[in-house]
Order: sequence, then structure tokens, then C-alpha cells
Amino acid sequence: MRHIKASLPSIAVIATLIAAWWAAVIATHSLIFPTPAAVVTGTWELIAKGTLWQHIAASLMRVAIGFGLAVCVAVPLGLWMGWVRAAYRTLNPIFQILRPISPIAWIPIAILWFGIGDVSPVYLIFISSVFPMVVQTVVGVHTIEKRYLRAAENFGVSRRTLFTRVVIPAVLPQIVVGMRIGLGVAWLVVVAAEMIALHSGLGYMIMDSRNAGNRYDLVVAGMIIIGLIGLSLDGLMRLLEGNRWVRWRYAH
Amino acid sequence: MPTKIEVRNLSKSYESDKGRLEVVENVSFTVREGEFVALVGPSGCGKTTLLNLIAGFVRPDNGTVIIDGTPHSKPDSRGILISQQGSVFPWLTVRENLMFGLNAHPPADHADIADRYAEIVGLKGFEDSFPHELSGGMLKRAELARALVVKPDILYMDEPFSALDALMSLRMRNELLRILAKERHTVILITHDVEEAIHLADRILVLSSRPTRIQTTFEVPFPRPRKLTSSASQELRMSILRELGVERDAIE
Repeated sequence: MRHIKASLPSIAVIATLIAAWWAAVIATHSLIFPTPAAVVTGTWELIAKGTLWQHIAASLMRVAIGFGLAVCVAVPLGLWMGWVRAAYRTLNPIFQILRPISPIAWIPIAILWFGIGDVSPVYLIFISSVFPMVVQTVVGVHTIEKRYLRAAENFGVSRRTLFTRVVIPAVLPQIVVGMRIGLGVAWLVVVAAEMIALHSGLGYMIMDSRNAGNRYDLVVAGMIIIGLIGLSLDGLMRLLEGNRWVRWRYAH
Repeated sequence: MPTKIEVRNLSKSYESDKGRLEVVENVSFTVREGEFVALVGPSGCGKTTLLNLIAGFVRPDNGTVIIDGTPHSKPDSRGILISQQGSVFPWLTVRENLMFGLNAHPPADHADIADRYAEIVGLKGFEDSFPHELSGGMLKRAELARALVVKPDILYMDEPFSALDALMSLRMRNELLRILAKERHTVILITHDVEEAIHLADRILVLSSRPTRIQTTFEVPFPRPRKLTSSASQELRMSILRELGVERDAIE
């Protein structure tokens, strides 16, 4: 009950926005911009045809592969760069230069290298989500409190134990934060990449709806679906934060 | 009793913006096996640095520490440091923390040994709890148990109970004495609390302000359990406070 009460204001805001949108379309007699009702019918049409699921599945699959690869690279690389000073000094400047480059700027190069297909968006997702995750992991290693490393040294444990029982668990909460950021970026990028060069996915669906007869009801439907899926992905990563392995970080 | 620790001419200084900062100056003393020695000094005098030098966490500029007749320069599990802030790993349960240092034992026994020590310090029933679920006093018990479980010869204690409230601090002192009566460890305790030193130690070394030197030594001849309110211990307390430069008016 309290939960429902707490979300009442935001529900009210959303309802107001939808009402304002509806009123504006009617007032301006717009022939192209859809009413909320048109968006709902458009969405229903996509569901009925079955194409919506195909586009969602295509986008999610690309994100899963690109993001998965990025995690596999970023976590070990971040741990290594965080732990070995020389590695940090050598690689950090390169990362700092590559990091601020928008993933969109990589699109021409991705097309040049991988052509128009599934590899390009996967590459773009990889390149855009790997940097935030490396950075977070490095920060995680660098901010392990000295007293814990000192205690580990005191007990004379092996390097292996030091890593598996101290370093990795200590950094895990930061890794999860990095993954949350990385997945958010990945979802932004897949849609942008699909708009340019593909034949499936939510980004493609949006561009295709516009090109094939100004179906702005489907454009808006696509946008809302992208937003909702992004929200769910973030919710999924939040679940990770409640995991027993990182919960200690958020206690107190 | 044979000599356990021999501290010979230890000196340490640090470079700072304002030039060389002498922290420890030519400190020498010996500790017998099973003896409890308290180092008492004003805050900021370099007590912690001195203890870190003895435990091997910091390298001295000059001097050596000899333990059991051999020079000692690196920390190991024969001497466990218990610090003021504590270093119980927040990502491990009490049992996992206690099992952390048990390399030498066959793995099958680890949990049993850990649980036995949890019981000794009064943490029975909390073996599966995470540190953030424990109170400050229980956290100290866990820290103590993790140190005891590896059967160290020496405990280095750096103001171990000063973050606790007065009542809990007193309770932990009694707990420590109870355990030490059973398992004879050699202890070096750093404290600024004269009463705590008189309660616990066999011998009290009063340190000067920075750079720290040993100013005076007091034997504590009282049998245990000690009455801190006895006139003899009050007399000793005042002598020590006088050594520390506390005004006569303030203590009488």
C-alpha cells in the first residue's frame, strides 16, 4: 500500500503528460503526429504481426553478445590495471583518450571494418560499454582499504587466496556499478547503431516505420518500448546489487 | 621466561613538505615470552608507527626487531595485528573470516576450528552473520577470534577497544584477560588509556611525544583480577599521568 502511495505522484505526472500530448495533437489537427490511442493501436498491430518480438529479440541479442564480451574483457583488464602499477601507468592514458569518444563516432569505422550486419552493432556495444566497466573496476581496486590488504598480508595467505577472498570480493560492488553503467550505454548504442545500418532491431523498426509511410505511431511505440526495456535492464542490474556478494557494501 | 621480542635501536622518519619528520627515535626494549607490555603515550606521538615497525609492516630506517632469536622484517601469522578501526572483511561471514588464515591446517577442519573460536569469544550463533549485522563489540570479538584462530605467538594491539563505549571497552578487556589466561600469548598493546594499561599489562612503557622514545618503565605488580579502584593502582595511575605531563592539579 505504501509502495503504491509513493509512486502516485509519478503516475500522476505520466498521466498528465499523456493527456497534454493527446490534447495537443487534437488541438493542432496534426495529420502525422499520433495520438496516444494511435500509438496503442500501432503497438497492437506490431504484436499481432509478430514483428515486434523479432525486433526486440534482435536488439537484446546484440546487446547480450556485445555487453557479455565487454564484461569478459573489462573485468580482468580492470583488475590487472588496478593491481599492477606499471599496467595502469601504461594503459590508463590510452583509455582516457578513447573513453570520451562517442560510440556514434565509431559507426563509420565499424561499417568499414565489419560491414552492415550483426557484427557492427556488437562491436559498437562492446567499445562503448567496455570503458566505463574498466574504469570502475580500476577505481574499485584502487579504493580497497589498506587495512584489509594489510590483514591479508598479516595472515600470510597465498596470492590466489588474496585475490579470490580479498581483492575480487572487495571490488565486486564497483564491478556491478560498472556493469550497470555499461549496460545502460549498450542499450543506448544498439538502438542508434540499428538506425543506420540494419534490417532488424528496434532502431531499425523506428527508422523503417518513418521511411515506409510516415508511420509515426510506430515510431513513438518503438521509443516507448525502448524506454521500458531499458528500465527493465536497469532493474535487472539493481537486482545484482542485492546479491549477497555485494550487499555488504550497501549495508549501514 | 625467555626473551620473545627484542627491539633494538629502532628509528623511523618520514619525508614531508616541511622536511624530515622524526617519528621514532632509537627505541629499544625486550618483551618476555607470555608477557603483556603496554606502550602508553600522548596522541600523535608515533605509537602506531612503532607498533607497525615491530610487527614488520613498516621498514625501519635503523635498528632491528628480533623475534625468537632471529631478525624479523616481514609480517607473518606468528604475530597478528589488531587495529583500532578493525579489519574484519565485510564481504565474508564470521565463519569465513575466521577460516581466512587457516592455511596450515587440513581444509576439512577449517569450519570446525573457526566455530570453536567463535564460541570462545562469545559469537556462538553468529557464525553465518555478516560483519554489518554485528554490533561494535561483536565485531571486536570476531577480530580477536580471527587472530586467535591461527594460534599466533604474539598479538599486536593498536588501541583495539578505543572505538567502543566505556562499558563495552571494559567488558572486552575482561574478555581478553579471560582468553589470555587460557592461551598464553605475548602481547604488545598500544594505548592512550592509562587505566586500560594498568588493567591489562604486566609492564607499562611510557613514551615521549614525537619523536617517540621510551621515557619511563613501570612494572604493574598487582595480581589478577585487578582492582582498579585500589589505592595502589590509583597511585600508579597518577605516577604515569605525571610522566605523561598531565598537570598535578588535574589529577588530584
